[in-house]
Amino acid sequence: MFIEYLKVFLVGGIICAIAQVLIDKTAMTGARILVSFVVAGVVLTGIGVYQRLVDFASAGATVPIVGFGYTLATATKEAVDKEGLLGALTGGLTGTAAGITAAVVFAFIWSLVFKSKQK
Amino acid sequence: MNKIFAFDNVCINGFASVVGKTEKAGPLSYCFDMCEEDEYFGKDTWEEAESEMVHRCINILLNKTGRAPDSLNLICGGDLLNQCVASSFGVKEWGVPYLGLYGACSTFGEAMLVGGGMVSGGFAKNALGFASSHFCSAEKQYRFPLEYGGQRTPTAQNTVTGCGAVLLEKGQGKIMLKDGLVGRIVDAGITDVNNMGAAMAKAAADTLRRYFALSGKSPSDFDIIATGDLGREGYELCCELLGDAYEKIKDRYTDCGMMIFDMEGQDVHSGGSGCGCSASVTAGYFLPRLKKGELKRVLLVPTGALMNPTTVFQGQSIAGIAHAICFERQG
Amino acid sequence: MNDSYKKYVEDRAKRSPCFVNTLKALCVGGLICCVGKAITELYTFMGAELKNAQTLSTVTLVFIAGLLTGIGWFSAMGKFSGAGTLVPITGFANAIASPAIENKTEGLIYGTCAKMFVIAGPVIVFGTLASSLYGVIYYVVEKVM
Repeated sequence: MFIEYLKVFLVGGIICAIAQVLIDKTAMTGARILVSFVVAGVVLTGIGVYQRLVDFASAGATVPIVGFGYTLATATKEAVDKEGLLGALTGGLTGTAAGITAAVVFAFIWSLVFKSKQK
Repeated sequence: MNKIFAFDNVCINGFASVVGKTEKAGPLSYCFDMCEEDEYFGKDTWEEAESEMVHRCINILLNKTGRAPDSLNLICGGDLLNQCVASSFGVKEWGVPYLGLYGACSTFGEAMLVGGGMVSGGFAKNALGFASSHFCSAEKQYRFPLEYGGQRTPTAQNTVTGCGAVLLEKGQGKIMLKDGLVGRIVDAGITDVNNMGAAMAKAAADTLRRYFALSGKSPSDFDIIATGDLGREGYELCCELLGDAYEKIKDRYTDCGMMIFDMEGQDVHSGGSGCGCSASVTAGYFLPRLKKGELKRVLLVPTGALMNPTTVFQGQSIAGIAHAICFERQG
Repeated sequence: MNDSYKKYVEDRAKRSPCFVNTLKALCVGGLICCVGKAITELYTFMGAELKNAQTLSTVTLVFIAGLLTGIGWFSAMGKFSGAGTLVPITGFANAIASPAIENKTEGLIYGTCAKMFVIAGPVIVFGTLASSLYGVIYYVVEKVM
């Protein structure tokens, strides 16, 4: 149990730490980091590396935005297996539908409830 | 044209300043006419809040000097928002002739030069010059939403929520708007929006050199020489860029962006920025001290970074500008 | 002349404290992932299938991040932990919720909805592009060849 959580903590933490080093040491802004990490997630999943990291650290690999790329890629792969080439268009967003929809729906609700403030 | 504008009989007959809560927590809080805790200034949007701040600031000035709005011949001023809306919306109800100005954060200097020129030349008996900026409206327009969880670099600056207004009038008074120098645009090739101080430092050094060369005055004629909003980073760069001339000004040279906040205690990175920075420090700190006789002569060099978010994304460099204004105590 | 000034400015500019920032990012990012795992386990304990539990966990994190954004805590956390809150799915939720909240003053259509994807849009676009391209490559490699 403890070891499981330690793995999650370390893998998730190290992914974030890599991003922080990139932000501080290069001119990369937050938006560029997120975009690169998502694309990296797709590529790493495509070449079969990321699945092993997910098997090893579960949430440690899926909660960071790289995991969003992982979900996009695995869902695309499944869809292509089932539907052929059409799956390349339908798979990605189907797999990530819950996350994106939740972000949109909740953002809309919170925007009705809250007002912007200065800290 | 390389010429000092020597104003003929232009005095300062009133001034007022309004700032927000971060400035209230700073070392100059005691000297402003109003420190508003509510960042919305009782309104619903950041843009309205800034207009309300402008409105209140000018109202305070009118009350302090016992004047009605229709006694004003001219209002000239500006802010940082697209198409200068905070200013025009803030003054629209009075029906006073108005010139909207934009010089990025150097706008207060521009207002003094334009207003002073109008009064000096006899086109107006009096002119009210002002400049304003609001942290929240500026963040919204130039950076990220306030609720966005990002970090900023140590060279980044914190926009001042503040407005300063000054009433210029033909005649003699305790404080005179003596002379001024219009700045040149200096493009130092800086592209980092989080280092505006560096983008403006070259322009500030250029204006300081030109002012002393053209006016024949020396730094020792001034009690304070203050740049507008270079922040710590830009201030240090400007000192270096002045070279040998730095020795002559170092004991009286400061920057409004470093004065308005507690640089150690407040989380403001490299210091304050925005049109409201030099405007509120001048109207809240320099002018009252000149009036009391604690200062004899002040050289203000409001600095501006010329850019907008589109040009920044296009990779164009951020040019700087700085004007010089000399305030003098008489008698 | 300008090039040397620019270089000089870049060299002298104080950097963010990278080591401390990285340590904070590691700890906070790691903790958020652990919370994600704990939530997943809670849902499986309540009887959900693992896959659904994982999806629900993501949704829950998005919900919490949006709430923290609204009450103004997220920006303070983001300032402290940088990539630690930016990189997990919480950063994605914050990037969508924060412009939605700030721009509501311009109305539902031109404010909230139009500005919602100002920051997070590129992530979705690039993610979708990359996965579609991957789908095509995968199809060609596996099914055609």
